[in-house]
Amino acid sequence: MTMEKQTPVFEYAPAPESRSVVDIAPSYGLFIDGEFTEAADGKVFKTVSPSTEEVLSEIAQAGTEDVDRAVRAARKAFEKWSALPGSERAKYLFRIARIIQERSRELAVLETLDNGKPIKETRDADLPLVAAHFFYYAGWADKLDHAGFGANPRPLGVAGQVIPWNFPLLMLAWKIAPALATGNTVVLKPAETTPLSALFFADICRQAGLPKGVVNILPGYGATGAALVEHPDVNKVAFTGSTAVGKAIARQVAGTRKKVTLELGGKGANIVFDDAPIDQAVEGIVSGIFFNQGQVCCAGSRLLVQESIQDELLDSLKRRLSTLRLGDPLDKNTDIGAINSAEQLSRITTLVEAGEAEGAERWSAACELPSSGYWFAPTLFTNVTQAHTIARDEIFGPVLSVLTFRTPDEAVAKANNSQYGLSAGIWSEKGSRILAVANKLRAGVVWSNTFNKFDPTSPFGGYKESGFGREGGRHGLEAYLDV
Amino acid sequence: MSDRLSVFKTYKLYVGGKFPRSESGRVYEVTDSKGKWLANAPLSSRKDARDAVVAARKAFGGWSGATAYNRGQILYRIAEMLEGRRAQFVHEVADAEGLSKSKATEQVDAAIDRWVWYAGWTDKIAQVVGGGNPVAGPYFNLSSPEPTGVVTVLAPQKSSFLGLVSVLAPVIATGNTAIVIASEKSPLPALSLGEVLATSDLPGGVVNVLSGRTAEIATPLAAHQDVNAIDLAGAGTDDGLAKELEIAAADNLKRVLRPQPVDDWSATPGIDRMTAFLETKTVWHPTGSLGASGSGY
Repeated sequence: MTMEKQTPVFEYAPAPESRSVVDIAPSYGLFIDGEFTEAADGKVFKTVSPSTEEVLSEIAQAGTEDVDRAVRAARKAFEKWSALPGSERAKYLFRIARIIQERSRELAVLETLDNGKPIKETRDADLPLVAAHFFYYAGWADKLDHAGFGANPRPLGVAGQVIPWNFPLLMLAWKIAPALATGNTVVLKPAETTPLSALFFADICRQAGLPKGVVNILPGYGATGAALVEHPDVNKVAFTGSTAVGKAIARQVAGTRKKVTLELGGKGANIVFDDAPIDQAVEGIVSGIFFNQGQVCCAGSRLLVQESIQDELLDSLKRRLSTLRLGDPLDKNTDIGAINSAEQLSRITTLVEAGEAEGAERWSAACELPSSGYWFAPTLFTNVTQAHTIARDEIFGPVLSVLTFRTPDEAVAKANNSQYGLSAGIWSEKGSRILAVANKLRAGVVWSNTFNKFDPTSPFGGYKESGFGREGGRHGLEAYLDV
Repeated sequence: MSDRLSVFKTYKLYVGGKFPRSESGRVYEVTDSKGKWLANAPLSSRKDARDAVVAARKAFGGWSGATAYNRGQILYRIAEMLEGRRAQFVHEVADAEGLSKSKATEQVDAAIDRWVWYAGWTDKIAQVVGGGNPVAGPYFNLSSPEPTGVVTVLAPQKSSFLGLVSVLAPVIATGNTAIVIASEKSPLPALSLGEVLATSDLPGGVVNVLSGRTAEIATPLAAHQDVNAIDLAGAGTDDGLAKELEIAAADNLKRVLRPQPVDDWSATPGIDRMTAFLETKTVWHPTGSLGASGSGY
């Protein structure tokens, strides 16, 4: 491993966002039928701040009995909720969107504390997108007849939704907004390491006057999610997370009538051609793999660079990575926050060790890691071949694997040489080449001369083992309608 | 009537544009609804299934890359070729399904018309299910449908021809390539369809037709890592086969179309069988900005 001397940079004075804007209770219950309640078996777990390992709160852990209670509450609520005029459902969702906007600073700080990602991201990306998502689907609720699925498309019933820890509140919005707009009721399980924003959302539902049982939140571990997926009275399963769990869910629901959408892993190729604007490409590569510490399913984790510009590009990239500020996620200047959990950190470390053991060349930005919490320095690997583990497996961390190519055909072949097919990037100044390459890539989202852009109107989801179904846009309605 | 001895047809598989026998050398007896022997059909093996996947994968790039207009013309050509062999198919369907000549004619006519319906869809489906997305930023953002890839189709067991065409045509209309497992008991119309496809400018490998035991052929195909999707129409809803295949399909997250009871294949199909085997690709392009005062007016 080579460590380069850090380029001199201006020192930044600390600029911490105040955490007094959020008031975290010492304990939280499950949210079932409009009430916070303890788990039937009284189990609890702790949620910690990954940047300090400070315990933030103690959370009730839902068991099978609680899942059943929540599904029954959702079933009961479904009758009235689905019978409401769409325009009334819309108004509830508009209310929720507005309350999220009002409370967005509080939620941003909360999310940063519980997840470890920089406040810059929660404040400028997560929260605006969350509010926008509810606002967007609110507008669909009374227009479903005109959405292209035939007249009077029907909701499915009770949706069981399981979401990950990388964008806790945004993933909740992607699941709950379209489900409610189409007239379904939901039971949602947030990830065990990031349950807080979902529980704050429960409070927002109460503030909005949402009828009891329409939204139920069940914090817990994998077993809670499995019980929810398996529950016979769940009509729809929506999951975002790992491909391995996605496959297990696909097996679980086989032979049932449950409708399933899966948004799973990725190993996105970010392709840089020799005519690309280098500085812009470097910024795109950085946001592609270091946004949210690389804990992004659509991350551009494989950099495919045309051989002739490899040296120039890598020099610029390393220079840029050396200026990234890693540290206190609540500091407004922070670029790289904490890894979400000790478990995730060890997964990243293991894969990086495999990269070194298999002969790829590691470079990490020289930066001081805080003494407590879970941290990983921005890292890139060169001399990576397609057979290397770090070119095939999703690392889900701030680790970039660099491969090279000579021709556009080779770039496409390498980009598509993956079990995944979620995202890809293309950097070139030549319009026809961008369109031709975008056309050949087997990926659900392609960014040309940009990366990691999201919008509620834009369908998102994968090809191949990155899952099926789309979230966002008109397409996102289909997952929750009986069509 | 002359006493001329008729010439029997050797029914063969249709794989990669060619008409092979089963590599296993096996055949099975096909009878009409009254049990009278009609022909021997190839009893496909798992090796035949794997060969069909190779052929379908090889054909995918060309077929999915063909213009929608071109695919439409070829699907229409299939209808033209079928029209010319209408009498043969009426005869085969009548034998296969125990129908009167007039009922069999209805089935064949509906099947020919179905090819025409899907021929017209090839260059329209993208406008119906895709389009521009008004994102909140300076980006041109476009969603387009793309074919899922190689699709295994378990053709309906009862409706040997209209049912078969109704599940096959939507799969290839959008640019997928297909491996079709013919009705186990009544495979002859499907095998004859191969002869029509071979003379309709359809590139070899786009459709591959296998006959034999549905469960025996479908099991390796459901588990095959280079198959992207599976239509379980012919798996039946109650014998557990559909569930087994769906579980096997989860290994590489195949798109699965579960079997639904269909009483009447002649009903207007809608677009569901096309959208079941389409992916949505969304591409973002920066548009730049000329600023609010950039208007020339």
